[in-house]
Amino acid sequence: MKKQNSTRIWTDLGPAAENGLFDRRAFFKGGSALAAAMTGYTIAVPLQAQTLVDDPWSGSAGTPSGPYETRSRFENGVVRTMTNPNGEPRSQQSRTPHHMIDGTFTPNGLHFVISRSGSPDIDPEQHRLVIHGLVKQPLVFTLESLMRYPIVSRMHFVECGGNSAPMWSPKPLDADVQALHGYVSCAEWSGVMLSTLLEEAGIEPTAKWLIAEGSDSLALHRSVPISKALDDAMIVLYQNGERLMPGNGYPMRLLVPGWEGNMNVKWLRRLELVDQPAMSIYEARTYAPILPGGKAYQFYFLQEVKSFITRPSPGLLMNGQGLYEISGVAYSANGRISKVLVSADGGQSWAQAALQEPVLSKAFTRFRIPWQWDGGPAILQSRAWDEAGHVQPTRSEIVAARGEASRVPNINGFPSQHYNGPTSWKIDQAGEVKHVYA
Amino acid sequence: MRSTQPILVLAAVLFVWTSSNAQGPNLGMPINEQDIAAWDIDILPDGTGLPLGQGTAEQGESIYAQKCAVCHGVNAEGGISPALAGGEPLSNGIDTGKTIGNFWPYATTIFDYTRRAMPWFAPRTLTDDEVYALTAYLLVLNNIIDNEDVMNADTLPEVQMPNRDGFIVRFPERTP
Repeated sequence: MKKQNSTRIWTDLGPAAENGLFDRRAFFKGGSALAAAMTGYTIAVPLQAQTLVDDPWSGSAGTPSGPYETRSRFENGVVRTMTNPNGEPRSQQSRTPHHMIDGTFTPNGLHFVISRSGSPDIDPEQHRLVIHGLVKQPLVFTLESLMRYPIVSRMHFVECGGNSAPMWSPKPLDADVQALHGYVSCAEWSGVMLSTLLEEAGIEPTAKWLIAEGSDSLALHRSVPISKALDDAMIVLYQNGERLMPGNGYPMRLLVPGWEGNMNVKWLRRLELVDQPAMSIYEARTYAPILPGGKAYQFYFLQEVKSFITRPSPGLLMNGQGLYEISGVAYSANGRISKVLVSADGGQSWAQAALQEPVLSKAFTRFRIPWQWDGGPAILQSRAWDEAGHVQPTRSEIVAARGEASRVPNINGFPSQHYNGPTSWKIDQAGEVKHVYA
Repeated sequence: MRSTQPILVLAAVLFVWTSSNAQGPNLGMPINEQDIAAWDIDILPDGTGLPLGQGTAEQGESIYAQKCAVCHGVNAEGGISPALAGGEPLSNGIDTGKTIGNFWPYATTIFDYTRRAMPWFAPRTLTDDEVYALTAYLLVLNNIIDNEDVMNADTLPEVQMPNRDGFIVRFPERTP
């Protein structure tokens, strides 16, 4: 494409870090500030646009809207990738395409799902939730009865403990953000506070844990400390305003905000208060990552502070030098995101990104920062802090503490869990974006 | 003085509970524990929940061959589903394959998961005796119990698993 060059005059907003990162306020101050921020750089301006003609789709009435809106056919490529596309009798994992969506809510059709034996076809009128064990009075709830309780809506991310598992590879896998980080999503969840129901049943003082169990064929169960159950856990009925998707636990699931995805038991039918953890297979075996030396972590509840850049990222070709917005998501089980830094030179220099309001606890926070790509090599990274003071570890820090896989894993493999180090995208002169370690 | 305060607090808590929960409409329907029995299938590490019945590895071997080997392989060495026996030392790497022998801290978890979730195509179709027998067989394959040992509600929780002390609680301040 033919271009002409233009140079403008600097006024108030200069570069905030090396390799083209601007002050985070540049976009938000509007056109003149942005133009000023570009000062000192030779920027590409496209030649004049072609003459406009009436559009072919404007000449007749369009398709009437139906009872449930479906997206444009041009968006049909925005889908989850699956580890078991033919639905064979084993676990199915579907990953969110973070590089093809924006904002902070994950659309319901694109929310990640890990399903070990498929979604049960639950009749909501027949479904029951029982609370029993160390309670004064065991109780059964119907969906209809739960609808009469005070409903609370909260925005929270859910992340699989095994999300980002390819990052444990000793060599960077050639993969996109969906393959690397697709097992985390964020939604507005509406439902009943679990504390309300537990208090109705009456908690015996000897109760220390709560066993949550689903009505799927495997009757998946996990143990949750009572303190978490009383803090912010919910019995969720709605996901982004509509009833839960089957893959996310229709008609009800447990939500333990910020905690390991597997603990957010779907198709929830039983809560038993007990004095000891169940040591279910998922807490005793599956989600207990092995440490260097051979010990293993147990009860790795929290999905700790993490961020990754979604745009630019692999699969999105850079279309020539010039101004781009770097954008990504950050989240933490320890509360709100307080700061995100972005580097365009592989971590040598950093600039602070803007955090899109509202910044909510245990929810996706969208960060954005303007970047002037000069057409040369660049390595993009992000690093997040949360309000509890935790910072995303560097790759060398997390490898020192947690080790690396002994061999290069399959992209669908889970060599370990709970990786929350940085992700690096290398941009070459052709504008291709590739996953690297830096 | 000090000792009276908790009693007063406890009395207040009880009063609030017996006078109903102000946070909700109190629509939970009372149910007896015996009416929950069909759903109450979890086995705790101290053996709570283990049913009557028993089994040996010899009995378990034929059930395993018939219902488990197709996915988990002959001798539980793994197939399309993970290996259940053998395994390398965990110090070989963070991605070492986890088996009952090299990783699982409690034998009760074998009974619990086998009964609730296996076989994959027909969960909760095994009898309690069959689950005890399969549990015994898997423990023998891992050289944890002897071939003649009988597994039942008394013996299973007493099994000493090799990796019982191999764990570090990640967030002790949040773990009861």
